[in-house]
Amino acid sequence: MGWAIALHGGAGDIPLNLPPERREPREAALRHCLDIGVRELENYPHFNAGKGSVLTSDGTVEMEACIMDGRTKKCGAVSGLTTVVNAISLARLVMEKTPHIYLAFDGAEAFAREQGVETTDKSHFVTSENIERLKQAKEANRVQIDYTQPIPKEPTKETTVADGDSQIGTVGCVAVDNQGNLATATSTGGLVNKMVGRIGDTPIIGAGTYANSLCAVSATGRGESIMRATVARDVAALMEYKGFSLEEAAAYVVGECAPKGTAGLVAVSAKGEVTMQFNTTGMFRACATEDGYSEIAIWPSV
Amino acid sequence: MGGWAIAVHGGAGVDPNLPVERQEAAKQLLTRCLNIGISALRSSLPAIDVVELVVRELEADPFFNSGRGSALTTKGTVEMEASIMDGPGRRCGAVSGVTTVKSPVSLARLVMEKSPHSYLAFSGAEEFARQQGVETVDNDYFITEDNVGMLKLAKEANTILFDYRIPTHGLDTCSAAVDSPLVMNGLPISVYAPETVGCTVVDGKGRCAAATSTGGLMNKMTGRIGDSPLIGAGTYACELCGVSCTGEGEAIIRGTLAREVAAVMEYKGFGLQQAVDYVVKERLDQGKAGLIAVSRDGEVAFGYNCVGMFRGCATEDGFMEVGIWE
Repeated sequence: MGWAIALHGGAGDIPLNLPPERREPREAALRHCLDIGVRELENYPHFNAGKGSVLTSDGTVEMEACIMDGRTKKCGAVSGLTTVVNAISLARLVMEKTPHIYLAFDGAEAFAREQGVETTDKSHFVTSENIERLKQAKEANRVQIDYTQPIPKEPTKETTVADGDSQIGTVGCVAVDNQGNLATATSTGGLVNKMVGRIGDTPIIGAGTYANSLCAVSATGRGESIMRATVARDVAALMEYKGFSLEEAAAYVVGECAPKGTAGLVAVSAKGEVTMQFNTTGMFRACATEDGYSEIAIWPSV
Repeated sequence: MGGWAIAVHGGAGVDPNLPVERQEAAKQLLTRCLNIGISALRSSLPAIDVVELVVRELEADPFFNSGRGSALTTKGTVEMEASIMDGPGRRCGAVSGVTTVKSPVSLARLVMEKSPHSYLAFSGAEEFARQQGVETVDNDYFITEDNVGMLKLAKEANTILFDYRIPTHGLDTCSAAVDSPLVMNGLPISVYAPETVGCTVVDGKGRCAAATSTGGLMNKMTGRIGDSPLIGAGTYACELCGVSCTGEGEAIIRGTLAREVAAVMEYKGFGLQQAVDYVVKERLDQGKAGLIAVSRDGEVAFGYNCVGMFRGCATEDGFMEVGIWE
């Protein structure tokens, strides 16, 4: 038994020909964040969380995040943040400093100010790349969840557009220390061109994020599917109720519970095992364990 | 296949000193809502329509904490939330931070049916309501005189005692709770507004559905989201069963209570009542809560670990029960 950590930067239909200039900075970010966790990922504009969050149909950023401690099952969540630099840290403050678990929108922003966390101008989170993505999504008149590549403008590529939905960009981290204490955190900007006020799976305990004394899970993908399949809790439930191993439980949830093309997850167990599974084309992911094993990957490993 | 079944609740955690006429009023309301559900089921309405219909009725009545009669935020405003889930296909919709929509559960249904998303909140949810042309009213419509008084008591209780949680040994300093040492959601139970309404239904074709609606916690922070709108926490339905929970929201969220009933049926092969009992006993830790559930086989069950739950249930074979205590 030892510590283990796993990260993801979103799962989806990541094109196999993803250009190196889009791939390499993400790999570098994952490598760097293996050391420090989600808070760092939020500060990299390559992922859809914190700076670099995708835009709502009004061109604004609404971020959400969730954190859970496996030993105590204490948890905190936030939605609808517009100025808080690190959403995940505000989720933690909700967990520690309020009688509630989940604060959203104006109430969450007011709480952030009360707690004196770092805030910034709304424009800090808006990248020119995401303005372009929103413009294209609006032209295509749909909720756009492809985050890795601009949508091809040529109408002849209609089919690639339709199949090109990838929910790339949510970030998450799960960790177990060498005492077997588990924790999970997930943070996201949501979907490109999402309706104002839309809440996804990320801040919902049991959907995008869950930890208990057996395992810690962070999920990513199509929020609406992950929510109805209670993906994160079901990994734990299968271990608890059916005696599945971490690997089996994650494989069952990704294979049987969530529709193909909709979900990915990273998970660690109290024993120090780690698993990273997805039913999408790819998932930005990385892990490391105490015995020296480490992996950084995007597409299925052979 | 066991025919249809329906269960409704009006919150768990009831002040044992609740005046008898209030108890009677609660029972009458639950009975009226059950009857509305029963006649809808007899007319072969699908489960999803029946849960919406019944919860709408509960929202319109000021008695329980949902729609009109919702608990107030610390600012004295109403912020309502609701969710609905259809077992077949596990489709779901939820709303939070709704301030003018007369029936939050119907807005949740519209999120499920008419938006690409499952969950909309605050100004975005209000905007969507206007787009959809649902009935809206001034926020004052939801505020009752009773609740204004309750908020005042809740604020007094909170200013006397540390944080929002009230240690039981401090209750003699709190005028609001002298008569009752019981605490629900950190408030003396006599101040705590009966929580949350919900309905679960299985129709004659074995389709399950669940819906939950609430004003949340008395004196809650603005922006607070509880268990009611969260799929898997306050509300859940799948092919096997439909579940609606009520009680201490934070405990229900941590325990993923509604999904858990379905999970132990699915993964451990438990029957409905066995699953409900297991979940109430094992998944709540220190938290106080209750839940109602129906199975696709036409069974109905409820469970709670606190003092009393407003609930009623009926099945196709003529069984009907409305109660508050054990």
